[in-house]
Amino acid sequence: MSNHLNKIDGKKYNEMTNKYSKKSGIVKDCIMAFVFGGIICIIAQLFHDAIVSEKAAAIFGKITEENAKALTVMFMVFLGVLLTACNVYDEIGNIAGAGTIVPITGFANSMTSPAMEYKSEGFILGVGAQIFQVAGPVIVYGTAASVIVGFIYYLIK
Amino acid sequence: MSTKQGNQTYTNDRKVYIKETAAIVGPREKEGPLGDYFDEVQNEDFDEKSWERAEAKFVSSAFQKLMRKIDIKSDDIDCVLSGDLMNQCVASSIGLRDSGVPYLGLFGACSTIAEGMVTGSLLINSGGMNNVICMASSNFCAAEKTFRMPVEQGGQRPPTAQWTVSAAAGLWLSSQEGGPLITSVTIGKITDFNVTDANNMGAAMAPAAADTIIAHLSDLGLAPDYYDAIITGDLGLTGSGMLRELMDMHGYSLYDKANKKFRHQDCGAMIFDPVKQKTHSGGSGCGCIASVFASYFYKQLQYGNLKRILVVGTGALMSPVSVKQSESISGIAHAVAIEAQ
Repeated sequence: MSNHLNKIDGKKYNEMTNKYSKKSGIVKDCIMAFVFGGIICIIAQLFHDAIVSEKAAAIFGKITEENAKALTVMFMVFLGVLLTACNVYDEIGNIAGAGTIVPITGFANSMTSPAMEYKSEGFILGVGAQIFQVAGPVIVYGTAASVIVGFIYYLIK
Repeated sequence: MSTKQGNQTYTNDRKVYIKETAAIVGPREKEGPLGDYFDEVQNEDFDEKSWERAEAKFVSSAFQKLMRKIDIKSDDIDCVLSGDLMNQCVASSIGLRDSGVPYLGLFGACSTIAEGMVTGSLLINSGGMNNVICMASSNFCAAEKTFRMPVEQGGQRPPTAQWTVSAAAGLWLSSQEGGPLITSVTIGKITDFNVTDANNMGAAMAPAAADTIIAHLSDLGLAPDYYDAIITGDLGLTGSGMLRELMDMHGYSLYDKANKKFRHQDCGAMIFDPVKQKTHSGGSGCGCIASVFASYFYKQLQYGNLKRILVVGTGALMSPVSVKQSESISGIAHAVAIEAQ
């Protein structure tokens, strides 16, 4: 431990750290997350409305509501992957924060970015082993939580 | 021989000169306020397939650049001391494997170049060595991959976070006359004030810097005004403020009243423009102080703008595993006193 810094202890240093460490602006971050999250939802809604419209039906045939929802999710995942691959998603994420992490595009980003990062270690030990580096905990605890909730639902139903 | 002064400091009886330097940086560093001082700019990926190979190429290119600048054969180099941030320092070992020069790997995190200068000047003072090359490197993307998230993962950084500098730099230490002189070195102690936030390296390292600077000054019986500049790397904006307050608190003010500015300068706070380049608290990584000292400060010494400086390399001694296991982040700092000739 330090000999020379005898006028400060761990507790005082912790206070000093808090004094000097700037905090993220919560209000600004919330507004950005709201705006960008909202934009992503609008894009998804527009895509959905377009593929169920009568014009689309005239070209591609009628799409059921269920299929339209699935196609919208696929389109948003594709968009997330594409923007990640073009080195754009992280730039948007830096401004949008939770606005681009929470929607499904963020999930796509969290799978694509390690896949890109670890390609240099090969497809098995790199991409295959690391692709869930970021998304893995979400999947593990998301699944575990859904089992618990499902069990509770079964009991109280 | 070196002579021990006080507890941690050694003065050089045999003169050690920093005869030549070379620094290669990435594009973000080139766009920063010190961009014009660096020797060469290369893309972060250096046309290689992986970030790791890119960093190794930064090392080999900086080594070759230095060798082209100096007038001795590689057989006359007694040893190269090099380190980086990648696991087991592979950027240095891969980058220097074709150099044909005896090699010692160092790990001192961002303090590596100072650790190299300390070790190099002690080796030259042993009498057995005459020419030592000190190197250090870091690469933004390789460091992100090692310590944080994949580069393309879209998250936000807190304002205390620092950006790893993509750079490699080399210094030629020699017993032959020429260039600024290393007069004394101070080996720092591991200092830990229980900081656990890996996004606040400045706070983790500031006490180590303060401890080493005070050790150096008290070992030699000096006051901070003996030096024209006390240069740390890389505490960033957050850690710089904390170092100044810590020094003030212990009676070694770094404020230069005559010139109404701080005698202390931090390479991490200097290398980027935090507003324009959105780099939060500043730069970090082994390449930061290495490239800033090898270019900007080395030239200031050559031009005579600075006469006596104290270079304090600061490092955060942690690994991705130790951080995940909630170990606190220890700091280290080594000081090198340099005089213009």
